[in-house]
Amino acid sequence: MDQIVSGGGPPARAGGLLYSGNDWNFQTIRDCYDAIEEIARGELGLEIYTNRVEIITSEQMLDVYTAHGMPVGYKHWSFGKRFIGHENAYRRGLMGLAYEVVINSDPCISYLMEENSATMQALVIAHAAFGHNHFFRNNRLFREWTDPSDILDYLEFARGYIARCEERHGQRAVERVLDAAHALQNQGVNRHSGARKLDLKAEQQRAKERRAYEDSVFNDLWRTLPAEAGEAGGTAEGSHARRLLGLPEENLLYFLEKNAPRLAPWEREIIRIVRMIAQYFYPQPQVKMMNEGCATWVHAYIMRRLHELGRIDDAAYLEVIHSTSNVINQPGFDTGGGASFNPYALGYAMMTDIARICTEPTSEDREWFPDIAGNGDAIGTLRHAWAEYRDESFIQQFLSPKVIRDFRMFRLCDDTAQPYLLVDAIHDEVGYRDIRRSLARVYDPGTFYTEIEIVDVDLLGDRTLKLEHRTKAGELLQAGDARQTLDYLATLWGYGVVLNEVDSQTGTVLASHAAGPSQ
Amino acid sequence: MDIIDRRPNPHGKNIENRRRVLQRARSAVQTAVRDAVARGKIREVGQGNAISVPADALHEPSLHRVFSDGVREIVLTGNREFSRGDRLQRPPGGGGGQGSGAGQAGEAGGGEDSFRFVLSRDEFLDLFFDDLELPDLIKREISTTENGVPARSGLSNEGSPSHLDLGRTMRRSIARRLGLGRPKPQELLDVEERIAALEALRPASAEELEELEGLRERRGTLRQRMARIPWVDPVDLRFRRYTIMPQPATRAVMFCVMDVSGSMTERMKDLAKQFFLLLHVFLERRYKKVEIVFIRHAESAEEVDEETFFHDPRTGGTIVSSALELMRTIQRERFPSANWNIYVAQASDGDNASSDTTRTASLLRDDILPAVQYYAYIEITGSGAVIRGETDLWRSYRAIADENEHLAIRQVGDRKEIFPVFRDLFSRQRDSAEA
Repeated sequence: MDQIVSGGGPPARAGGLLYSGNDWNFQTIRDCYDAIEEIARGELGLEIYTNRVEIITSEQMLDVYTAHGMPVGYKHWSFGKRFIGHENAYRRGLMGLAYEVVINSDPCISYLMEENSATMQALVIAHAAFGHNHFFRNNRLFREWTDPSDILDYLEFARGYIARCEERHGQRAVERVLDAAHALQNQGVNRHSGARKLDLKAEQQRAKERRAYEDSVFNDLWRTLPAEAGEAGGTAEGSHARRLLGLPEENLLYFLEKNAPRLAPWEREIIRIVRMIAQYFYPQPQVKMMNEGCATWVHAYIMRRLHELGRIDDAAYLEVIHSTSNVINQPGFDTGGGASFNPYALGYAMMTDIARICTEPTSEDREWFPDIAGNGDAIGTLRHAWAEYRDESFIQQFLSPKVIRDFRMFRLCDDTAQPYLLVDAIHDEVGYRDIRRSLARVYDPGTFYTEIEIVDVDLLGDRTLKLEHRTKAGELLQAGDARQTLDYLATLWGYGVVLNEVDSQTGTVLASHAAGPSQ
Repeated sequence: MDIIDRRPNPHGKNIENRRRVLQRARSAVQTAVRDAVARGKIREVGQGNAISVPADALHEPSLHRVFSDGVREIVLTGNREFSRGDRLQRPPGGGGGQGSGAGQAGEAGGGEDSFRFVLSRDEFLDLFFDDLELPDLIKREISTTENGVPARSGLSNEGSPSHLDLGRTMRRSIARRLGLGRPKPQELLDVEERIAALEALRPASAEELEELEGLRERRGTLRQRMARIPWVDPVDLRFRRYTIMPQPATRAVMFCVMDVSGSMTERMKDLAKQFFLLLHVFLERRYKKVEIVFIRHAESAEEVDEETFFHDPRTGGTIVSSALELMRTIQRERFPSANWNIYVAQASDGDNASSDTTRTASLLRDDILPAVQYYAYIEITGSGAVIRGETDLWRSYRAIADENEHLAIRQVGDRKEIFPVFRDLFSRQRDSAEA
């Protein structure tokens, strides 16, 4: 049972220490929250969703990981797989658990681990309940692509709906659709248009109508007809039909939900559920670096202010510094274990740097950032950046020579025709812009999402679905996976599927994959 | 802001999802479990078992691009010595830094790394002994001893206090009190209070005195009624009634008979022990109430405990009939065949004193087989007692096995064969095929 804990003891004296030592109770958390809120709203001007702080055990944290922080989820073996993976890593000591997890919902839920010390609880409240929360609420991507007020109810609906489908149609039948839809979920997002608001009532209504329609048109006679009946009018001209189907279409799940001829209504609804959830998670990887940078900068600022105001003691502040510097540690390329950028490190460094440029610009900064250098409004500038940019454009706009120098960045040119790797830019006058452009490209969604579209359906023939992957030579789909995914696609479509990989410059077909309908 | 303490919430949200993973990868997990048993000591079976299954069984495909050739740019940190134009040797595994991740993923294809499970003992054994059963257990089930199990059978108005059905008793008590008009205690209290108030008035008017008189009378009536009508009367009492229902019980005993004579080499003993260990774990798992009797023999037989049976070395000549006799004696004394399902598993290298084989065979055929449910004989091959391709014991057992379906004989030569033979002996299909 949930237990809402209301403050019991007397609140901490205004201005005095919030706590001392490591132990905390619910009153401590409340006091810290109030003190942090004062700074967050008063000094930083953060706008946040209502907060909900939940205290959980490490075991529950593993569950939270599995569901990407979502408090409810439908049942599927892939979640079990993820859970076992996390559990193994944790039990064998390969992985520490995060101090907190926060999800983009309204109210904004932050999960805090019970093992955290009082200082860590304060830190993660500042980090998650204010830093991330502000980012979720204000960043353009989240505002346009997600609807945090309805997501919890929608997940509840999804779980209920899928459970009912399992009762009616059996776990296997549901799993078949879910497996296939999961394989395609990266292709289940409207990239260019943003999400329409989720409307839970309408969702439930539609589900009910589908159900009712199915019941009303049920006729045992029809069931015995060969399934191929389909639509008869094949007279329409190809291009006209394509237009009617809305081709080309990049959102494969949307297309299947609307047009796949052989799906039952409940199967369409399940596809829709997977699509909606994929859409909800779509912005996260595109702003991960900024989001973490924002939260880390906010917690560092707030904790420093708490210390300056005498609300936490020196020991606590040392713990804050220790923990923050752990989080923002950037290993060099040669330290092993991969050399990717730590989003916390890069994000925090850039936020700090922007604040510095605004208040204490050098002549270099004035040249590079004439519009913000020395404007004296660090917080306002940051708030604007948090709201209007995503990782790629943020780097393009704000990565300064100083950060490039501090990280000692360099760029390698990897030409597979050459036996060596060429260092073609380092942190110097000539290299700054090259490095900045290349780094921004790493965060460009265009580079980490594949561009796959449905281009045609053979309406007059055997209804083969034709897809195109626009790419270039040397960057093809992983063939085994492509083949398996197409099998799934064919399962949902009900007929054959062909995927051509096309050179986006010349239009030549580089590779082709096909799958037949599975029965 | 709300603070919610979720710690008391139920844990294990993902138990169902985890179960589905096992179900999905069932065949792969089963193979892995059996491999684990074949490799490890059966004794350690199911104690914190981690098994690995090929990740293919749980692969989740997606459409994703891999870099194989062409030109790409990689930004890295931590430059100490490079300047523009430096040429670096390509690290093994293609690409450099970030690139290698994508490159390896491409080569790895569907992902060849394996997926690790930690199974609970129950899960492990369930998968391991999937669809194995003690044969013919059902046949005698009905005829075995019947135990009494108390079952609810309505209510009675007498019984022991521990069976008192409080709810029903009180319901009847309330009905009776209402029906007979027992005054409520509060009513009496009110009257007494009023009396006390009136008595305190001095001087009292005539009306008040009259009221006081009336109330005193009323108090007398109330007290009388309350005394006469008890709160709970013996007629209210209701007790839950139990009758003893006969419950047919499955009782089974397994005799494990092992040859530990000198002709059995360490390897052979080890194989036999593996077989019995498997049997032991299996019986423990499937049949909570199976009694197990361990008999080992060389020239003479003795009943020993589990520890001695598996771990205490012993050598000597071989007289198989001594073990069978002992088995029969124990069975007669402690496990009368009218009440027990009797199973025997015997392991030997087939070596026996030549004078004894006839006696063993007749003992088995005439005395033991009619009394037992199932008799499994495992012969460890590789002994010196083989004459014309088979041992004496094997030959005589085979003749009996041809006539008796419930004698099963198998040969085992290698550790790997133990489990297949075991499955063969106890698989459920065999059972249903016969039925």
